[in-house]
This record gives sequence, structure tokens and C-alpha cells, in this order.
Amino acid sequence: MPMDVMTGNSAQAYGAKLARAEVVAAYPITPQTTVVEKLADLVASGEMKAQFIKVESEHSAMAACIAASATGARAYTATAAHGLALMHEMLIWAAGSRLPIVMGNINRAMAPPWSVWADYQDSIAERDTGWMQFYCQSSQEVLDTVIQAYKVAENHDVLIPAMVMEDAFYLSHTFEPVDVPPQKDVDDFLPPYDPPVKLDVDNPVGLCALVPPDHYMEFRFKIAKAMEDSRKVIQEVDEEWEKKFGRSHGGLVERYRMEDADAAIIAAGTMSSTARVAIDNMRDKGKKVGLARLRVFRPFPYEEIRQIAKEVDSIGVLDRSYTFGHGGAFYTETAGALYQAPERPHVKNYVIGIGGRDIPPKDIEGILEKVLTKEDGGEVEWFGLRTSGSREVN
Amino acid sequence: MAKSVEDLPYIPLMSESSAVNKTGVWRVIKPIVDQEECNQCYICWKFCPDVAIHIDEEGSILIDYDHCKGCGICEAVCPKKCIEMVKEE
Repeated sequence: MPMDVMTGNSAQAYGAKLARAEVVAAYPITPQTTVVEKLADLVASGEMKAQFIKVESEHSAMAACIAASATGARAYTATAAHGLALMHEMLIWAAGSRLPIVMGNINRAMAPPWSVWADYQDSIAERDTGWMQFYCQSSQEVLDTVIQAYKVAENHDVLIPAMVMEDAFYLSHTFEPVDVPPQKDVDDFLPPYDPPVKLDVDNPVGLCALVPPDHYMEFRFKIAKAMEDSRKVIQEVDEEWEKKFGRSHGGLVERYRMEDADAAIIAAGTMSSTARVAIDNMRDKGKKVGLARLRVFRPFPYEEIRQIAKEVDSIGVLDRSYTFGHGGAFYTETAGALYQAPERPHVKNYVIGIGGRDIPPKDIEGILEKVLTKEDGGEVEWFGLRTSGSREVN
Repeated sequence: MAKSVEDLPYIPLMSESSAVNKTGVWRVIKPIVDQEECNQCYICWKFCPDVAIHIDEEGSILIDYDHCKGCGICEAVCPKKCIEMVKEE
């Protein structure tokens, strides 16, 4: 298989190309811009057979993808931060219309203060729109997940759109070796989209018009059920991918050195790679620690989290975002899932890496030490916050 | 008649919406065309936002009162001033 060296953003573009996306509508925004540039090049050179629609905003980009998907075309877009926020209304339309659009979101901090660096506040704010959310840790995973996401989203038991996240700059602009699978193998894995209903001039139909209180609740329940049913499909699609291409990305939650672990951290994205280094260092010192990487946040993998709770005495949840009012979202959802679990270990929230603040292995080792000792000191800690007493400030 | 969640499709579908929905009943003022004055420029036909203006076999303007909501755009755009909005009785 041909190996290439590419950024996470190129991996998004090649994922869309290999998935044979037929319509791309996007508006450029840092740090997503190179995804759109690459796709524009691929379409202009004829390497990729797709309609490239230039639009005046992200709201229009998603509107164009919704229209394209409603006609039965495979649609792709990518955005970041404020672009995602501008799409908000259309995200709800896409999910409610049950259109299997796939979108790359390059996780970037929300302003103000103005920032272009890695932070999950943008996608966490879109948690309730009805989109599946995948968080990637490598360029390889980005490419593979774009293709997997179409297969999950287009499954007739699912039919909901999916966001494929990658960290600003840590992934979007750094180069890594990526195995680019042959087109014919991807074609075997991902057949053309077969919509149950589509806009067709020969069979006119109106989609998603006004529904009175008699039926609105039932249609919302159907979205809820589709999201529940997507868990099994995500798992199966990742297993099928592994059989065909020789690598798995862990389904919903990827476990690392969790065997006989006393304590675990829950994290997502590129900080998981750093966490593995930290865990190896700790294991070398005889400390039994492991990692549960949240690959999927929507649907929330509560069963996998409850299983981890059975195995360890203490969990630290690392959030690269904050829900003003109470904790990071990964933490509050983890704690929420554990209330119904028979085993409830010590759980604490570490807010870290906000606005692209670097997360070196020593920071994660520091957190793991605290998790191991079940150090209390409150429910939520902003780890590494510069205070008047901290060394870096003085 | 309310349907169960099992009997509903995965999204709301309408095979016949605006054709059977007689929105003309919403109207409080209605357009009346002076056919003697009308020179059949069809500007009103082009502007009608509800596709409620048709052209008959002789080329005359025909208002579809089942669907005309009485917005008055046709009156406003008519260069011959031969469309008048009158109060519904």
C-alpha cells in the first residue's frame, strides 16, 4: 500500500476523495483552510469527480450540503470554531432531516479572546445538534474516520450526519506518515449512498415540513433511537475496517494499558498520544495507570465508561473545553454515566490545554499521580493555570 | 388521526403539500385584473411569490384564488396599473 506523508488536513481531503464525495461546499477558516485548498486542487485537476461549490459563509456551506445530500449525493464540508458556530442552525436541519453529511471540524478555541489554537469548545457547543462526533488522534485516523463516518452515517439504521474532529495545528498542520488505501479497496468497503428517500423531479416529495405536536415528539424520538443504534454500527464498521485495512481505531473508546490498572485517565484527541508516553513512563516506575481515549463523544459511550469504572478505583477526566457553570463536558457526561453504574470510583475533572496551551508528558504524569492518590481538592481543577504563586509567572 | 412512532416514516414526508393546501382562505384583500387595460407583459406572473398567477390559452392573466394570499405584489409591479386590490367580501 502506498505510504504518504501528510497533514491532518490533507488526510481530511484525501478521506473525502477516497469516499467519492460528490459535492463539496466549504468556506475557508483557519486552521481548516488547507482542507478546502486541497479539495479545490483535487477537483480542478480532475483527480476528484465532485461539484465544488464556493459559498459566502459556513451557514451557506451547510445549506448547500443539506440540499446536495437530500438529492442523494454524498456531501462533504469542513470548518472550525466560529465557522462551526455560524453553521449551528443548519447543523440542526441536517441532523433533523436525517442526512448523512460528513464534516471535518478542526477543533479551535472560541473567541474572545481571539485565538486560533486547539480547543474543543467549538464542537462541544454543538453537542446537542444531533450529529455524531469523532475525535481523532493522528492523520491516519482522520483519513480512515472520514471514510468510516460515511459508512456509519449512511447505514439505514443511523442516517445522521457525522463530524470528524482533529486538533488545530497539532494535527491540522503537522506532517505524519499516512497509509493511503487504494481506491478500489475503499470502493469495496463503501458502496454508493443509497438514500431511502431523495429529492427527485420525477417523484416530487416535500421533506421535513411542519409537524404539529401530534407527531413532533415521535420524529425526535427517531433521531434519539438512530443515535443509540449508531453505537453498534460504529463498532462494526471499525471492525470491518480492521479486517480490510489491518488497523482499528478502537470503536468508541480506545483502551491503552488498562490491564490491571488502578487508575485511568479519560482524554481525547492528540493529548491521548502524549498520555501514552506519560503512562509508559509511569508504568516503568511500577505505577498501574491506563488511558481510555474517547474516540466518539456523540453517541456518548456510557457502557464502555461503566466498564472502566468496574476496573479502576480512580478516574481523571481531561477536558480541553469548559462548560461555564459546571465542569468540562467529558467530565460531566462521565460522571452522569457513572451515577447509574454499580461501581462508582473517585472521579475528578482536569481542565487542561485550553486555547492550545501545550500539554507536555510531565503534566499528564502530574495528573496521573493525583488520580492515583485520589487527591481531593475539589471536583474541577484548571491544571496548569498561571496564578501569582506559580513558578512560570514569578 | 395521530400515528404511532412505529407507523411514521423516518422523516416527515409530504407528497402533495401546497397543491391541496388552499392558502387562498388566508386572504383579506384580492387582486382584480382589468383585462381591457392589461397588455399581457406577464411581470405580475413572474413576481407572484405563490405561483398563483397563470396564463390562460388566450394569453390572459388568470388569478388562482385558491392559492393567492392577497400579498399585493402583483398590484405593486404592474406597469399599467391595471391590477387593483379590493377588500374580500
